[in-house]
Formats: sequence, structure tokens, C-alpha cells
Amino acid sequence: MAAESMNCKELVELVTEYLEGALSTTEKRRFEEHLGNCPGCTAYLEQMRRTIRLLGRLTEDDIRQPARHELLNAFRQWKRG
Amino acid sequence: MTPAQHVSKPTALPDDSTLVRSLRAGDESAFVTLLGAYEKSMLRIAALYVRDDSVAEEVVQDTWIAALQGLDRFEGRSSLKTWLFSILVNRAKTRAQREGRSVPMSALTGDDPDAALPAVDPDRFYPPGHPRRPGGWATPPHNWDELPEDRLLAQETTEIIQRAIEKLSPGQREVITLRDVEGWSSDDVCNVLGLSESNQRVLLHRARSAVRRALEIYLDEPDQATR
Repeated sequence: MAAESMNCKELVELVTEYLEGALSTTEKRRFEEHLGNCPGCTAYLEQMRRTIRLLGRLTEDDIRQPARHELLNAFRQWKRG
Repeated sequence: MTPAQHVSKPTALPDDSTLVRSLRAGDESAFVTLLGAYEKSMLRIAALYVRDDSVAEEVVQDTWIAALQGLDRFEGRSSLKTWLFSILVNRAKTRAQREGRSVPMSALTGDDPDAALPAVDPDRFYPPGHPRRPGGWATPPHNWDELPEDRLLAQETTEIIQRAIEKLSPGQREVITLRDVEGWSSDDVCNVLGLSESNQRVLLHRARSAVRRALEIYLDEPDQATR
């Protein structure tokens, strides 16, 4: 059945493998062929890319600077020890 | 928060052997550089396993102390980064177990409770017997490029994402945090979590798909997702 064209339901399960470069040459071609003719899947892939970019912004959330005092002391002691 | 206030941006690290040599020589500035590069990521990752922030901080402190103690045995077979974070993850897991929390069993994806959950609700597609478009979109996704940028960058959108991550299975949460939040390579994630490439990819796929779903519900119908 490999020659049969990919449908949308199949494509959405392969998006991560596509983005990770893990699809075989044949599957990648089927994936891109489908994408070229399908606005729904194009929007879907774009949503996944956008999701990944938004996830990457979570690190901008301010996390408290951890106290270093004790660690620097530990380092100095370790150096002596 | 303006970018200019973001003072703790990690500086580029020297290569591992230079860094290890400096640390062994007792160079405090090398230690501070290393702390600056990883301490916040460490806190965020420790918080995946333990209940509260103060415990996460303790785990991070213990990790650094253990790393210093073990530095003479560091042979450079893994990168310093994966070595450090492996110590962190081990310690955080041990601590979580002591707290009675369930710990991610990354290697056992078969135990993943929502292993079979599809990326998209099957009702969104035409059934297999459909005359024209079997398995095609019946309810296609919207184009998010048409949404105002403010909407996507709003604090509420960030909260939707954070809540979606919290609801993931522990293994999925580990992988998506390291890959997409921290921006690690799949090699580093596999090394630290002891996962195969393909297991890692499956967990990442499910996690990303779930976060996308949560965003879609919120962006299509904001009232529904906020409660």
C-alpha cells in the first residue's frame, strides 16, 4: 500500500517524525506531496511549528536566581580539600 | 519584562576539557560560568519531579556538590552537560520517590496510560468509507497566522501551555520540557533520560500534539479553555 497517497489522518501522526528528519525518503515524499495539495494539513503543520516556538518562550518566564553563596563556599572548600 | 532586564542570559561555554581543567585547578570564575549556564535549567528540570520549589533548589544544590565531588572521575565519555543533568535527574527521582511521588518511567513507553491517544480527535476526519476524502479533514484546523500576534504572546496563552504540560504523562513532560522548552538536542535528551531515539520521538509527538490541542481549544474558543 506504500504507493497509495497519504491521507490527513495519517499525516498528523507523522508530523514529529517529519520535523525531526526521521521519515524515510519515500515517506517524506508522500508527506510533502500531500502537504502541497492540502491547506488543512499545511495549517496543521504550521500550528505544530507555532506550538514548538511558543514552548520555547517559556524559558523567558522569570525563575528566581538560585542562591549561590553556599555553592561558592562548597567550591572553595572542595578546592582546598 | 524588557529584554534588557534579562541579565542572566547564558554566556557561551568553553569546551568541556578546558572547563574541566579550570574547575580542577580551582578556578572560581569557571564554576560561576557553569552555574550561570545551567542553574535555571536545572531548577526547571528538578521541578518536574519534586513537589515544591525549595526541594527543587535543594536537589540542584546537591547536584552541584555531587558533581564537584565526582569531577575527578569525569572522563569526558559524555558531555559535561549530560553528565551534570544525569546526576540531577537521578537525584530528583530519588528525592521524588522518598516523597512518595510517582516517577517517570521514561524507558517504558508501553506503560504510558495514553499511549494510544491519537494526535487529533478522529471525529475531525471523514470516516474510512467516505466516497471522496476518506481520512481527510472534515473539520480542518484554522490558520493561526491570521490571529493577532498579541493573542499568541499573551500571558493567558502561556498559562494554557503550562497547564497542558502539567497534564501530560510524566515521560511526555520530561521530553517536551527538555526538547522544546529548554531547546536540547534529541541526543542530549536520550542520553540524560536513557531513552532510545524512537521512544523519545513518540513521547515528544504525543506531548506536542496534546499542547497543540490545548492551544487550539483555547484559540478557537477562549471561554471554554479558561475553565
